[in-house]
Amino acid sequence: MPKLTVDGIEVEVEQGATVLQACEDAGAEIPRFCYHERLSIAGNCRMCLVEMERSPKPVASCAMPAADGMVIRTNTEYVKRAREGVMEFLLINHPLDCPICDQGGECDLQDQAMAYGVDTSRFDENKRAVEDKEMGPLVKTIMTRCIHCTRCVRFVTEVAGVPEIGAIGRGEDMEITTYLEKALTSELQGNVIDLCPVGALTSKPYAFTARPWELRKTETIDVMDAVGSNIRVDARGSEVMRVMPRNNDDVNEEWISDKTRFIWDGLRTQRLDKPYVRENGKLRPASWQEAFAKIAEKVKASAPEKMAAIAGDLACAESMKALKDLMGALGSANMDCRQDGAKIGGKGRAAYLFNSGIAGIEEADALLIVGSNPRLEAPVLNARIRKRWLEGGFPVGLIGEDADLTYDKEYLGAGAQTLKEIADGTHPFARILQVAEKPMLILGQGALARPDGEAVLETCIGIIRAAGGVSADWNGFNVLHTAAARVGGLDLGFLPGEGGKDTNAILEGASAGEIDFVYLLGADEIDTARLGNAFVVYQGTHGDRGAHRADVILPGAAYTEKSAHWVNTEGRVQLGERAAFPPGDAREDWAILRALSEVLDQKLPYDNLSQLRAALCGDAPSFEMRDVQPQAGDLPQGGTREMADAPFHAAVRDFYFTNPIARASKVMAECAALQSVQGEGATGTNG
Amino acid sequence: MLKDQDRIFTNLYGYDDWGLDGARRRGDWDGTKDIIAKGKDWIIEEMKQSGLRGRGGAGFPTGLKWSFMPKESDGRPHYLVVNADESEPGTCKDREIMRHDPHKLIEGCLLAGFAMNANAGYIYVRGEFIRERERLQAAVDQAYEAGLLGKNAAASGWDFDLYVHHGAGAYICGEETALIESLEGKKGMPRLKPPFPANAGLYGAPTTVNNVESIAVAPTILRRGATWFAGLGRPNNTGTKLFCISGHVNQPCNVEEEMGISLRELIDKHAGGVRGGWDNLLAVIPGGSSVPMIPKSICDDVLMDFDSLKEVQSGLGTAAVIVMDKSTDVIKAIARISAFYKHESCGQCTPCREGTGWMWRVVERMARGEADKSEIDLLLDVTKRVEGHTICALGDAAAWPVQGLIRHFRHVIEERIDSRQGAATVAAE
Amino acid sequence: MSVRRLDPNQPESFEFTPENLEWAKGQIAKYPDGRQASAIIPLLWQAQKQHGGWLPEPAIRYVADMLGMAYIRALEVATFYTMFNLTPVGEHFVQVCGTTPCWLRGADEIKDACKKHIGPEKTLSADGKMSWMEVECLGACVNAPMVQINDDYYEDLDGAKMEEIIKALREGKDVTPGPQSSRKTSEPIGGLTTLTEVPGAGGK
Repeated sequence: MPKLTVDGIEVEVEQGATVLQACEDAGAEIPRFCYHERLSIAGNCRMCLVEMERSPKPVASCAMPAADGMVIRTNTEYVKRAREGVMEFLLINHPLDCPICDQGGECDLQDQAMAYGVDTSRFDENKRAVEDKEMGPLVKTIMTRCIHCTRCVRFVTEVAGVPEIGAIGRGEDMEITTYLEKALTSELQGNVIDLCPVGALTSKPYAFTARPWELRKTETIDVMDAVGSNIRVDARGSEVMRVMPRNNDDVNEEWISDKTRFIWDGLRTQRLDKPYVRENGKLRPASWQEAFAKIAEKVKASAPEKMAAIAGDLACAESMKALKDLMGALGSANMDCRQDGAKIGGKGRAAYLFNSGIAGIEEADALLIVGSNPRLEAPVLNARIRKRWLEGGFPVGLIGEDADLTYDKEYLGAGAQTLKEIADGTHPFARILQVAEKPMLILGQGALARPDGEAVLETCIGIIRAAGGVSADWNGFNVLHTAAARVGGLDLGFLPGEGGKDTNAILEGASAGEIDFVYLLGADEIDTARLGNAFVVYQGTHGDRGAHRADVILPGAAYTEKSAHWVNTEGRVQLGERAAFPPGDAREDWAILRALSEVLDQKLPYDNLSQLRAALCGDAPSFEMRDVQPQAGDLPQGGTREMADAPFHAAVRDFYFTNPIARASKVMAECAALQSVQGEGATGTNG
Repeated sequence: MLKDQDRIFTNLYGYDDWGLDGARRRGDWDGTKDIIAKGKDWIIEEMKQSGLRGRGGAGFPTGLKWSFMPKESDGRPHYLVVNADESEPGTCKDREIMRHDPHKLIEGCLLAGFAMNANAGYIYVRGEFIRERERLQAAVDQAYEAGLLGKNAAASGWDFDLYVHHGAGAYICGEETALIESLEGKKGMPRLKPPFPANAGLYGAPTTVNNVESIAVAPTILRRGATWFAGLGRPNNTGTKLFCISGHVNQPCNVEEEMGISLRELIDKHAGGVRGGWDNLLAVIPGGSSVPMIPKSICDDVLMDFDSLKEVQSGLGTAAVIVMDKSTDVIKAIARISAFYKHESCGQCTPCREGTGWMWRVVERMARGEADKSEIDLLLDVTKRVEGHTICALGDAAAWPVQGLIRHFRHVIEERIDSRQGAATVAAE
Repeated sequence: MSVRRLDPNQPESFEFTPENLEWAKGQIAKYPDGRQASAIIPLLWQAQKQHGGWLPEPAIRYVADMLGMAYIRALEVATFYTMFNLTPVGEHFVQVCGTTPCWLRGADEIKDACKKHIGPEKTLSADGKMSWMEVECLGACVNAPMVQINDDYYEDLDGAKMEEIIKALREGKDVTPGPQSSRKTSEPIGGLTTLTEVPGAGGK
């Protein structure tokens, strides 16, 4: 471990650390534009120059490996002058358009200019003007502002794995662009907006809508997939203006998917802002009392075994707990949080969690993906797989639908036949898993949401166990969920009770008239035609499929509008906070259920959130520990039951349309439309 | 003056056969096997003793550079890369080696490759040298046919493959790491150092990049001995050197001379003297466009080697002597060089990308007198802010000519500004 | 360097002739396995040659596909290296060295001759046969001023000689490349000052 002196302070850093990191350890702040911890080192901006003893020139601290005995100075006049020089060069061709620049107020260049800039320009020539480049509906470009740090180029090439941005030309005429100005296709492209240290790449949907200092910032959790990305929601008044990533090394690092980032316009449209009741076939606005009275009337007319509830993909744990308790109080065991009919749950937590952990991907040394397209189901998690793959020595096999996952993989087959061959060791990939020290298997919903899902699950457990992938310090069995609500629902037991019906049975029952009352808690991903003549209550946020079929609509709160828990695919319990109030008469979901329970004479035994949460922990102790990846307990034994020959389908086809908020978003619609136009083959990723 | 018998490039002007027969007649490929038989250490030691300093501009001791290569392979191959991206304005010596004496270079590649444990070498020829590339390729083909390259090259027991590669118009590829990037199929943008190529160069493997002339003189040094080479020139500045004398001389030419020859002798003896006589001399850029110019007063008695020119705040560079007589618009001459650097800046790092354009625009205005005198110091300050702050030496190379101009010809700039302002005043009246 | 853009008029597609394809495979074979991207400059260059001296956009994709590179990476290369002509050039493409050593010896005269007898820089001549542009140092400084026309250097020029060359090329006549003076290559024009004692070297 090299020891060096920074500004007279001795620091010891890890082998391989840079001088910049050493300086930070010593408490010296080093300005930078091109350097970014999660990208390769470019060393091109030259802002991080420091003085190094015995070096005739100032050195770029970001690129200089820390070595024993180095004497570094960061606060001398020499260093200041060097940085002022660099700053001047950056500014001579940078426009003075801060007042109309969306980066204003959160611009690295602006900030550093406060420290290293001067108040007048010595540059008497014409400033450079650069033509803006089209990059699609998400990333807006104002290329005259570009300082050529190449963070965007490095991000899409290295992290996103979709090499679509480059720097063409050379010298002062170098320009950042995509190939022939084609729209970006990465599901992670929005991150270049955060990475851009200036206002060259900004958010197109957010353009000119707000200034950072007028926004209220709320740290919360994303629900667009089951990763549970840590986000910050910026709101002005009651409106969410934008979504940004928060750093969490264990979950999303500092990336978020484009759905997470650009979903916010979907929070404003198609919203259910008052209760509705259906009269003469038509929905009409109603008061809460009317709506509740109508429900009470139907509940009274029904019988416990004829009532059912389905929880949707975005539901929070609190609302599911309240609905579960209400159904229990009504005597019904018909409930399910698995809209897609995934055959999962009931075998202990380890059988439905992403046990290796997202960060654990980096430790694995072989991966088998079964029935999943992680790139579409969990783009940020997929980036972690790619990160591991880039390190080398990481064979990846895929069973299911073939797709470009942004890393090399061996396509093994379409379905159960191949899985069987791996299970019985006749497939060569079994050997690869066998020799790996920390093999990993990712099982997707595409292979679970089918009649033989349980057999697939058991087979997969068998495979990873046989490969030595389950030991005291490693659990290589991973279920990749796509629904933010799913693990929470499984944890708290939003599942069919004794003799109760699952999603499919509920729908079948409704079609057959055996079920006459169905409560949909934000459940839109079901075939509503199968609800037959049942009386349908829809509690949710958007006028989507469920609401269209509903007989009573109860307007709930979107994920940005309530304080609630979600559990990610790893089993990590995370708390989301309210960034804005629900619109109109809409209310927090648990409170709606609590109020309804009183009308139904089944008053739920909690009067506030903390009582509810205490009850939640009673049902599922896993809720007691927040923000950690839990010890999941023992993984059950595998099995070798028969599986059907049908290929494993992908759980996510339309990445931009996976939930009611996304379907209400114009931005997502634009992205989807573009995707279908550009097609998969012509994206420039063929390399 | 150097005797012909001590000249290495005896077919410099291409009067003789460039091919293998001619080369053999001139002594090339003579006892190559025996030299290799003496071993890697002997070769490197001999190169060190010869005092040969890199002929590509920076003057780094060649033997020492070779010794930086790992002694044993860690499994990665070793590469020799020859820098034939000769693009420094004023310089046209490697071209002559490639088209008139290519076997010197090829034999040198085998010896250097062997010495540094490399079984493969790439010669990166600048794209514009199309005919030279064809000639070199033909010579490489001859060498393969004669068993001098490939398996058991020259019956030495060493396998060595040599490939001719080319660029497509980018001065920056003469910088060794930019050259490596370009050879890997990327834009020629210099890499950050460390790591140095000897640790991680071409394809991440240990690599040494040498100039054509440095490699091409190696066989003769190894044949005639380090002592012979070291006996020429002055200590630390040994051997012979190809000089390119261009500009305002009566007979511009390339010539091989002894290191440390006086500039005046070089010009008078070989280039037919300065146009209009020595007293008509204004200034000389003694080592390619990157080095600061020196005015006549210094030219009068300066010697042409690394240390002598360094003493007068210039440099030997590539030994490309650009002569300017008194008719020269010296500001315009430097403005044209500034335009060159602006054109050739790769754009990667800030000071060079932005600074080369800034310097060029100011010098251009100064050439027209459209400037304020206070801008001379501003310009000088800009050059200082580029110099030493960039990833590679192109920033320095762009700054130095301007610094040389201001150092020696500030009065010319001031007069130009004055006369323009005078003219403007007259016009206004 | 000024901003270089792809030509607005592009052919539908591009592919190598069978001979060039064979040649390209030979080029790729020079580099270790998995390092085929190294061949991009030679391949783009050959594509440019095949396409009449300029590099069309489909060729950039074609070569990128052949080498397993992302298109943007190939475009970066095509736009970085200035010998790739992104717009059409004349059948006789004259590149005039304008850098200081040539400028000192009259490159301006050469440029004037080109302007007068070919037309404005970087545009096709009226008869479509020629075009010219100023380029940076071509590395033949002791034979200044000089130009490169297609693959060959023409050295020791002056305005009148340049005019003659343009005229001859336009008329389809051959012009011998190299110094347009009495010397063979880069020796002093008044006679050798060295290598007079070496057999063969002095040509005597």
